[in-house]
Amino acid sequence: MYETNYHRASSIDDAVAQFAKGTDSKFLSGGQTLLPVMKQRLAAPSDVIDVAKIKDMIGIDVSGDTVTIKAATPHYDVAQSDAVKKAIPALASLASEIGDPAVRYRGTIGGSLANNDPAADYPAAVLALGATVKTNKRSIPAEDFFKGLFSTALEDGEIITAVSFPVPAKAGYAKFPNPASRFALTGVFVAKTKAGDVRVAATGASQSGVMRVGPIEQALKANWAASALDSVTIAASGLLADIHGSADYRANLVKVMGQRAVTAAG
Amino acid sequence: MGVEGIGARVVRKEDRRFITGQGRYVDDVKMVGMSYAHFIRSPHAHAKVKGINSTEAMKMPGVIAVLTGQQIVDDKVGNLICGWAITSKDGSPMKMGAWPAMAPETVRFVGQAVAVVIAETKNQAKDAAEAVVVDYEELPAAADVRAAIKSGAPQLHPEAPGNIVYDWHIGDEAAVGDAFSKAANVVTLELTNNRLVPNAMEPRAAVAHYDQAEEHYTLYTTSQNPHVARLVLSAFYNIAPEHKLRVIAPDVGGGFGSKIYIYPEEMVALWASKKVNRPVKWTGDRSEAFLTDAHGRDHVSKAEMAFDKDNKILGLRVKTHANFGAYMSLFSSAVPTYLYATLLSGQYVIPAIYAEVIGVYTNTTPVDAYRGAGRPEASYLLERMMETAARQLKVDPTELRKKNFINQFPYQTPVIMAYDIGDFHASIDAAMKAIDYAGFPARKAKAKANGKLRGIGVSCYIEACGIAPSKAVGSLGAGVGLWESAEIRVNPVGTIEVLTGSHSHGQGHETTFCQIIAERLGVPISQVSIVHGDTDKVQFGMGTYGSRSIAVGGAAIVKAMEKVEAKAKKIAAHALEASESDIVIENGEFKVTGTDKAIALPMVALAAYTAHNLPDGMEPGLKETAFYDPTNFTFPAGAYICELEVDPGTGKTSFVNFVAADDFGRLINPMIVEGQVHGGLAQGIGQALLEGVVYDDTGQLVTASFMDYTMPRADDLPSFQLSHTTTLCPGNPLGVKGCGEAGAIGASAAVINAITDAIGNNKLEMPATPDRVWHAIHG
Ligand SMILES: Cc1cc2nc3c(=O)[nH]c(=O)nc-3n(C[C@H](O)[C@H](O)[C@H](O)COP(=O)(O)OP(=O)(O)OC[C@H]3O[C@@H](n4cnc5c(N)ncnc54)[C@H](O)[C@@H]3O)c2cc1C
Repeated sequence: MYETNYHRASSIDDAVAQFAKGTDSKFLSGGQTLLPVMKQRLAAPSDVIDVAKIKDMIGIDVSGDTVTIKAATPHYDVAQSDAVKKAIPALASLASEIGDPAVRYRGTIGGSLANNDPAADYPAAVLALGATVKTNKRSIPAEDFFKGLFSTALEDGEIITAVSFPVPAKAGYAKFPNPASRFALTGVFVAKTKAGDVRVAATGASQSGVMRVGPIEQALKANWAASALDSVTIAASGLLADIHGSADYRANLVKVMGQRAVTAAG
Repeated sequence: MGVEGIGARVVRKEDRRFITGQGRYVDDVKMVGMSYAHFIRSPHAHAKVKGINSTEAMKMPGVIAVLTGQQIVDDKVGNLICGWAITSKDGSPMKMGAWPAMAPETVRFVGQAVAVVIAETKNQAKDAAEAVVVDYEELPAAADVRAAIKSGAPQLHPEAPGNIVYDWHIGDEAAVGDAFSKAANVVTLELTNNRLVPNAMEPRAAVAHYDQAEEHYTLYTTSQNPHVARLVLSAFYNIAPEHKLRVIAPDVGGGFGSKIYIYPEEMVALWASKKVNRPVKWTGDRSEAFLTDAHGRDHVSKAEMAFDKDNKILGLRVKTHANFGAYMSLFSSAVPTYLYATLLSGQYVIPAIYAEVIGVYTNTTPVDAYRGAGRPEASYLLERMMETAARQLKVDPTELRKKNFINQFPYQTPVIMAYDIGDFHASIDAAMKAIDYAGFPARKAKAKANGKLRGIGVSCYIEACGIAPSKAVGSLGAGVGLWESAEIRVNPVGTIEVLTGSHSHGQGHETTFCQIIAERLGVPISQVSIVHGDTDKVQFGMGTYGSRSIAVGGAAIVKAMEKVEAKAKKIAAHALEASESDIVIENGEFKVTGTDKAIALPMVALAAYTAHNLPDGMEPGLKETAFYDPTNFTFPAGAYICELEVDPGTGKTSFVNFVAADDFGRLINPMIVEGQVHGGLAQGIGQALLEGVVYDDTGQLVTASFMDYTMPRADDLPSFQLSHTTTLCPGNPLGVKGCGEAGAIGASAAVINAITDAIGNNKLEMPATPDRVWHAIHG
C-alpha cells in the first residue's frame, strides 16, 4: 500500500468537506473493495475519507411502501433485518449471499453501488426493484445510476447517503456464484411491482454491467410462472465470456436463474 | 502399548501452538538490523533483458542496494540444478538450459526475477522497485505443450532444440505391439491432467543472516528439507560451505511438494545478506506464490488398452507430453518418468506396458512434484481408462476391475515396481458396501424424477511411497540417497528427544513420532519431544515428501530405539543383577521378567550419565543414531467411490457421498491419518472440479489470484466416509505404508468417472466446471 492520509468523517458534510481538501480523495466505507485494491498498489488515493462511522449513514427504515437502507449499512445488517425480511425478503436473502461473513460484516450497500462491479449482487436488486439512489446532492433513479462496468452517475466527491426501495408485490433473487470468487457468475432479480409491472435485472452476465432482461420481463408479464420462461431464449451476444463461463453458458444462466428467481418469489 | 502408543487417536501436540497463533514461522523471525528484499519480476513470458537502470531507485529513501542477475552471475553463484538425470530413449542425456537465480539476459516466464531491491522497510523496497527501469525486448512465447512442440515454435533454450528436454520410455514396445495385435477390443482415451498451483497456506519466505566475524551464514526458510537445502546451497550454488551455513525450517505452513525446492529467492536472500552485510528478509505474497511456486501436473496423454475376449487386459500403451515450464526444477525430471510411468500397472495384471514421455519446455512457471507427483497422473489415466473400457465393453466397472486385479503378492509389474503386498478386493468390497453400490440404480432413478442427473464413479489407486532404496534410485539417475536418519537422546532425567531428518509442515510428526516411543517404552508422549528442521541440531536428513516420513523416518526412529533399548537393558540388567535377556520394558520401567524387580527409565538414564556403575567397558551416555535405507517402496492402495448429482440446468455438481477404503498398513494415529486423507481428497476433488491453471496464448497467467483460481472450500466438499482395510507392509519394522498423498492420487478419477456417468458423455476435462459440464450435457 502507498502512504495515504486517513480521515474519519463525523458527518456527511464533514466527509464532503474533507474530500474536497485532498488532491485525489476517495471515500472509504466497508473497505472490502478499496482496501484490497490499495494493498495491491492498484489505487493510490492521497486521502481516504472513512464514512462508515457516520451515524446518519447507518440504518434501515421502513415506512409505508418504501424500504430505505442508508449507504454505510453493512450487508450483514440487511441480511438480518426483520423489517427487510418482512418487506422485501429477496433483498435480505441477496445480502446474505454476498461474499463470506467477514465481507458481510464490513461491506456496505453504498460501497457496492458506488463500485458497480459487473458481478456484484446489489445492482440487480436496485435495478429490478426500481430503487432510488440518494446522494448528498440529488436522487438518482436506478435507470440512470448504472453506467457500465465500474462506472456510475456519481460525480467526483458525490456521496451516496441511502438507497430507497419500493416494496414490490413479489420479488426473488437467484444467484449462480462464480466458483472462484463467489461473486455472481450470473444473478437474476425478478420483481412484480404493486402496480403490476414486471422488472427483471441480471448481474454478472453482460459486458456492460447490470442489465434489464426484456424477454424475461415480457414472458413474466404474460404469465408470472417459472414455466413461462421455458420458451424464452436469451441471446449470447453482448454477454461476458471468461474462463468461468462462456457467453452461451451465461445466456443459459440468465434464463435458468430467472426461472429459479420466480420460483423463489412465489 | 498404553493409551498414547501405536493406534491411539492422540490429539496433536502441535495444535495448541498453531491454533492459538503461537506457531513460529519464518516471517515471525526478526533480527537486529534486518533489511527487506523485494523482487523485480518480468511482466513478459519471454523477453530479452536489454538493460536495468536503478539510478533513480538508488536515490530513494531507505534503499540499501539494487542487485541484478548480472551481479549474481559475476559472483559465480551457481545456476539452479535439477537433481535427477533422465536419459532419453536414444541414449542421450536430458537437455537443459541454464537457470540463473535472477535472469541476466533472458526471461522465460511471467514472474521470473531480474533484480532485487534491498531496503530498510518492505514498503521502501516496493517503492524503489517501481523506480527501477527494466528495458525488455519482447519475444514470442510458447504458452503450452501443444504450442511448444509445433515446428516453428518459439525456442526457449538453445540447449534443447524443439523445446524437448527428453524423450524417454519404459516397458516393452514389441510386447505391447503383440498384445494389441491379439486384442479382441481396444479402448482409446485422450486426456489432459490439468496444471495446479500448490497454494500452501503460508507463502514462501526467507530470512538470511551473514555473520562477518565467523564468516558464517544462517538461513531461515520455508523448507520441507533443510539439510538438502544446505547441501544444494553449498555444493552447487557456491554460496557457503556446509559447515558455515545453518539452515532452519521452523514451523512451516504447508508444502505439498512446493517447498522441497531451493528457489531463487532464498538463494538471493542468502547471497545478498553478505553483499549488504545486513540480515535480509523476503516474504512472498500470494501473487508471488501463484507466479513462482513450482506448479504441479500438466500432462497431455493418449492411452490405448487392449483386452482379450474375456475382458482381460492384454496391454497398455501410453504417450504423454509433460510440461516442465521454463526451467527444470529440482525434482521435475523424475516426476513424469519414474514417479508416473512406473505406476501405470495400477492394481491390475497388465502383461505388457509401454509408455513414452516427452518432457517439454514452455514459457510458464516451472512444474515439479506436487502432492502425489506423477502418481495422481498415472492413477487418473488408468482409472479413467478402466471406466471408459467398462462403458465400451458394456460391463460393470467394478466387475472389470475385479477381473483384472492382481491377487498374488509379491507382484512384479512390467514397469519396475515390485508390489510387496495388498488386498485390492478387500478395499473395493469395503467401498462398495459403504456406498451401497447395489442400490445405486434405484437412487439414480429417484434423482431423475427430481430433475437431477446422478452418477457413480470408482477409482482404485495404488501408489508408491518412501521412494527407495538409495542404491536403486541412484541407478535410475537420482542425485541423492533417499534414506532417513534418527537420533534418540535419552536425557539424564529420562526425558527423550527424538531428532529426525524428516520435517513436519502440517503432518503431525510431533505427535505421531512420539507415539512410536510411547509404544516401545510405555512413557507418556509429554515426556518426549521431536526435534527437526535445524541443520545445527539434527544430523543429516532427507526431509519430508512423497509420504516418506513414517515409512522411512519412522523406521529410522525404530532402528535408533532398538539400539537405545539394547544398551538400556544392559544397564538395567547390571543394576538389577539379572540377565540381560530377562529384561522387559513395560510402562516406562525395565523389569526382570516374572519378578517384581524393576528399575524405572529415569534411573537407567541417570546411571548411564553418572557412569558410576556401568557394566565393564560400556561407554557412558544413552544416545543412539540410525540411518535407515528401505529395501523397497511401500505401496498404499485403496478404492474410492463417489456418488454425485449434476444439475442439468447449470451443470453444477453436488456430492451425495464419497467413500474411501484405504490400505495404509499399520496406522500409528488414525485421527491424523484421517486428517491426511481428508486433505488429500480435498486436493484430488479440487483438481477434478475446481482448480486449474490457465495461461493465455502470450503466456500471461490468467488464474493468478483466488478471484480466478478456485481453491476448494469446505462447502465444495462432501462429508467423507473413510474406512481402512489393512495389509501390513513387510518392508519396514512398523508395517506402515504412508498416507499423505493417497487422497490426491485417487480422488480425481472417481469424481470424473461419476460425472461422466451422470451426464452420459465420457468427454470431459478437468476441472469439470459447471460451464464445461453444461456444455458436455448440451453440446
Ligand atoms: C472476498 C470478497 C468477496 C466478495 N463477494 C461479493 C459478492 O459475492 N457479491 C457482491 O456483490 N460483492 C462481493 N464483494 C464486494 C463487497 O460486497 C464490497 O463490500 C463492496 O463491493 C464494496 O463495499 P464497501 O463498503 O466495502 O466499499 P469500499 O471498498 O469502502 O469502497 C468501494 C468504492 O466505493 C466508494 N464508496 C464507498 N462508499 C461510498 C459512498 N457512500 N458514496 C460514494 N462512494 C462510495 C469508494 O470510494 C470505493 O471507490 C466481495 C468482497 C470480498 C473482499
